Amino acid sequence: MAHAHEVKRYSGLMDWLTTVDHKKIGILYLIAGGFFFLIGGLEAILIRIQLWKPLNNFVNPDTYNQLLTMHGTTMIFLAAMPVIFALMNAIVPLQIGARDVAFPFVNALGFWTFFFGGVLLNISWFAGGAPDAGWTSYVPLASSTFSEGEGVDYYVIGLQIAGIGTLVGGINFLVTIINMRAPGMSFMRMPMFTWSAFITSALILFAFPALTVGLVALMFDRIFSGNFFNPSGGGNAVLWEHIFWIFGHPEVYILILPAFGIISEIVSTFSRKRLFGYSSMVFATVLIGFLGFMVWAHHMFTAGLGPVANALFSIATMLIAVPTGIKIFNWLFTLWGGSIRFTTANLFAVGFIPTFVMGGVTGVMLAAAPADYQYQDTYFVVAHFHYVIVGGLVLGLFAGLHYWWPKMFGRMLSEKLGKWTFWTFYIGFHMTFLIQHFLGLLGMPRRTWTYLNGLGFNEMNLVSTVGAFLMGIGTLLFLLNIIVTFGKPKTAGNDPWEDGRTLEWSIPSPAPEYNFAQTPLVRGYDALWKEKTDGNNGMTPAEPLGPIHMPSPSILPFFMALGLFIAGFGFMYRNWIAVAVGMATVFLCMILRSVKDDNGFHIEPDELHDKGVKA
Amino acid sequence: MSAHSHIDGELPHEPERATLEGRNKVLGFWLFLGGETVLFGTLFSVYLSLRGQVLDGPPAYELFKLWTVALATFLLLTSSLTSVFAVQALHRNNVKSLINWLIVTVFLGLCFLGLEIYEFIEYVKEGHKFTTSAFSTSFYTLVGFHGAHVAFGIIWISMLIAQVKRKGLTVVTAPKVYVASMYWHFIDVVWVFIFTVVYLMGKVG
Repeated sequence: MAHAHEVKRYSGLMDWLTTVDHKKIGILYLIAGGFFFLIGGLEAILIRIQLWKPLNNFVNPDTYNQLLTMHGTTMIFLAAMPVIFALMNAIVPLQIGARDVAFPFVNALGFWTFFFGGVLLNISWFAGGAPDAGWTSYVPLASSTFSEGEGVDYYVIGLQIAGIGTLVGGINFLVTIINMRAPGMSFMRMPMFTWSAFITSALILFAFPALTVGLVALMFDRIFSGNFFNPSGGGNAVLWEHIFWIFGHPEVYILILPAFGIISEIVSTFSRKRLFGYSSMVFATVLIGFLGFMVWAHHMFTAGLGPVANALFSIATMLIAVPTGIKIFNWLFTLWGGSIRFTTANLFAVGFIPTFVMGGVTGVMLAAAPADYQYQDTYFVVAHFHYVIVGGLVLGLFAGLHYWWPKMFGRMLSEKLGKWTFWTFYIGFHMTFLIQHFLGLLGMPRRTWTYLNGLGFNEMNLVSTVGAFLMGIGTLLFLLNIIVTFGKPKTAGNDPWEDGRTLEWSIPSPAPEYNFAQTPLVRGYDALWKEKTDGNNGMTPAEPLGPIHMPSPSILPFFMALGLFIAGFGFMYRNWIAVAVGMATVFLCMILRSVKDDNGFHIEPDELHDKGVKA
Repeated sequence: MSAHSHIDGELPHEPERATLEGRNKVLGFWLFLGGETVLFGTLFSVYLSLRGQVLDGPPAYELFKLWTVALATFLLLTSSLTSVFAVQALHRNNVKSLINWLIVTVFLGLCFLGLEIYEFIEYVKEGHKFTTSAFSTSFYTLVGFHGAHVAFGIIWISMLIAQVKRKGLTVVTAPKVYVASMYWHFIDVVWVFIFTVVYLMGKVG
C-alpha cells in the first residue's frame, strides 16, 4: 500500500500560505495573535495616556470611544483566542500521541478566516472610524440611528468572519481529541491542558452560534432596516443583551479554561509531582464549562429583569466559585512538598494563582446582585475583569509560551530575560489594576474619556498609567527575548526541562512533521513520567515502523477566507457585485475541495530523520 | 494509510465509517449539527420573543395559509424518507438506486423551496415585508435561514450526485453522502419545529 503519491511541496511564503500542518498553523496563530496583542496593547497605552491626568485632551472623546471598543474587541477575539489556539494547535495533538488533527484542511481554514476577519475589523481605522459602541456593542447605541458611520458594520462583519474560524477550529479539536488518541490514552489519562482544550472547544461549539445569530440580527437591522432591536418597529433592545451574553459569558470560560490547563501542566512539572487531585481537576473543568452557560444574566443585573431572575443568576454565579476553588487548592497541594524549580514559566504559573484568586473574589462580590447596583459601570468592574483576563489568562499564556517555546521552535527562551519579563509585567499589572478597584469604589465611571479635577481620582490614575507602561515594557522584553533566542542555534533536546511528564516531551524539539515516527503506547497518566519511573528510555511504540500518511498542502483555505473578506466589504458598502464575487470564490473553493480527492502523500521509513526509532 | 487500502478493493460494510477520515467526518458533522441546533434555537427564541409585535402589518392568523405550509411539510418530510432510501442503497452498494433516490430528494427539496418562495411573495403582497415589524423581521430571518439551508443542501447533494456518478461509491465518497443525508434530516427536523412554533401557533396563538 506504500504507493507514494506525487505531491507538490512548497517552500518559503507559499509553504506558510498552504500549510495544513497543525504545528505550523499554531505558529501562524501565534504570529497573528501576537500582532493583534501588540495593537490592542498600544490602544490600552493610549487610553491610559488620556487618563493620566484630569481633563486631559490627548485624544478627543470620539477617538477614545473607538480606542476603548477596539481594545476590548481586539484583545478578546483577535489576541487572546488566537494565542490559545496557537498553543492548542502546537501541543494538543502531541499530548495525545496523534500524528495530526482530525481536519487539517479545516484547521487551516479556521486560521485564515480568523486572520481575515481581524484584518477587516482593523481596516476600519483607515476607513472613516473604528467601531465605537463598546466591545459589547449594546443597542440602541450600536443601531444605525446612533452609530451612523460604518464603524459598527466593521465590528459585525469582522467578528462574523473571525467567528466562523473559531467555530470550525473548535469542532476540529473536539473530533481530534475524541477520535485520535494514541492506544492507551483514555480520557482519564489525558493531560490537563488537553482536557481544558476539549472543554473549551465544546464551549466554542455551543456558544459561538448564538453570537452568529446576534451579529446577523444586528447586521440585518443596520443594513436591511430590520426591526430586531428597534423599539419603534416593535423590536427589543434587551434582547441583544441576552443574545450577546449567552455567548459572552461562556466566552470568558473559553478564555480562562486553557489557562487553567497550562497552569496545571507547569505547576506539576516544576514541582516534580503528579498533579494533586487530577480527577477532581477534570470534574471541576467540566462543571465550570457547564455552569458557564447558566450565568449570562449576571451581566444584566441592572437591566431590570426582576428580583427572582437576579437572585437565581446571583446564586448560579457564586456556585462557580466552588469548582474554581477546587482548582486553586489542587495547585497549592501540588506545589506543597514538591521540589519546586522557579523557571520563568513556573514564576508566571505561581504568580497566576494569587492574582486569579483576587479576580475570583471580586467576581463573587459582583455576583451579589444588590451590591452590583453600586459597582456596575465603575472601574471596579474594569479591575475585576482585567484581574481574571490579564492576571488569569495572559499570565497563563506567558507561562505556556515560555514552557512550550522549545517544543515549538527548538530553542530555549532566555531565562534571565524571561524573569525580567515576569517581574516588570507582574508588578506593572498590579500597579495598573489593583488601584482601579478603589477608583471604582470611589465612583469613577468606566468608558468615560476623562474626569474632573478634585474628585480624588488624580493620583490613582497616574499610578495606573505608570503601571500600564511597565506592562508595556514587560511585553517588549518578551519580544526582545524572542528576537535574541532566534539568533541562537536549535539545541533543545526532547525533554529540555528534564522533568517533562507528558507525551510531547518524548519526541524531538521542534516536533517532526509527522510528530511520532511510531505511535506511542500509553500506560498511565503522565505517560512519559511513568516510563521514566519504570526505568524505560522513552515510550514503548504501539506499532511497527511504516510509511506515514500525510495530508497535502492546499491554498484553498486562504482563498476561501479571502472570498469571505471580499464579500464582507461588499455587504458593508452595499456593493452587491463584491458580495457575489466573494461568495462565488468561497463556493468555488468548496466545490474544488469536494471534487478533487486529497490523496495526501507518504513519508517512507527511510525518510524519517528521527533518532532513537525502535524497530 | 487505511484510506488507500480500500479504494481499489471491495467496498466494506458501512463504508462511511470504514476509515478514520470517514469516522472523523461523521463525528465532526454531528458536532456541527450541535452548533446548528444552538443557531436555530437562538433564532427560535428571538422569533418567540418578538412574534407579538405585529404593528400595522397583517397578524399571523390572517397571513398564514395552512394548505401551502402543509404541502411544504409533506414534501420535505417525504424528502427525508427518500434520503433514508438513498443511504440504504449506499449500504447495499447499489450506486444506481443511490443516485436515483438522491435525485428524488433534490427534486422534492426544489418543490419545497419553490413553495416557500411563492409563499414569501404572497406575504409581501399582503404588506408583510421584512421591514414591517419585529414580527416580520424575525419571521423572515428564521424561516429564511431554514430556506437558505435547504437551498445549500440542494446544491450540495446535486454536486454529490455528479461526484458519485463519476467516481462511484468508495470509502471517500460514502461518508460525503452519509453526512449530506444527516444534514438533510436536520433541516427536516428544524422544519417540524418551524411548522409547529411558527405556523400552528401563529394560527391559534
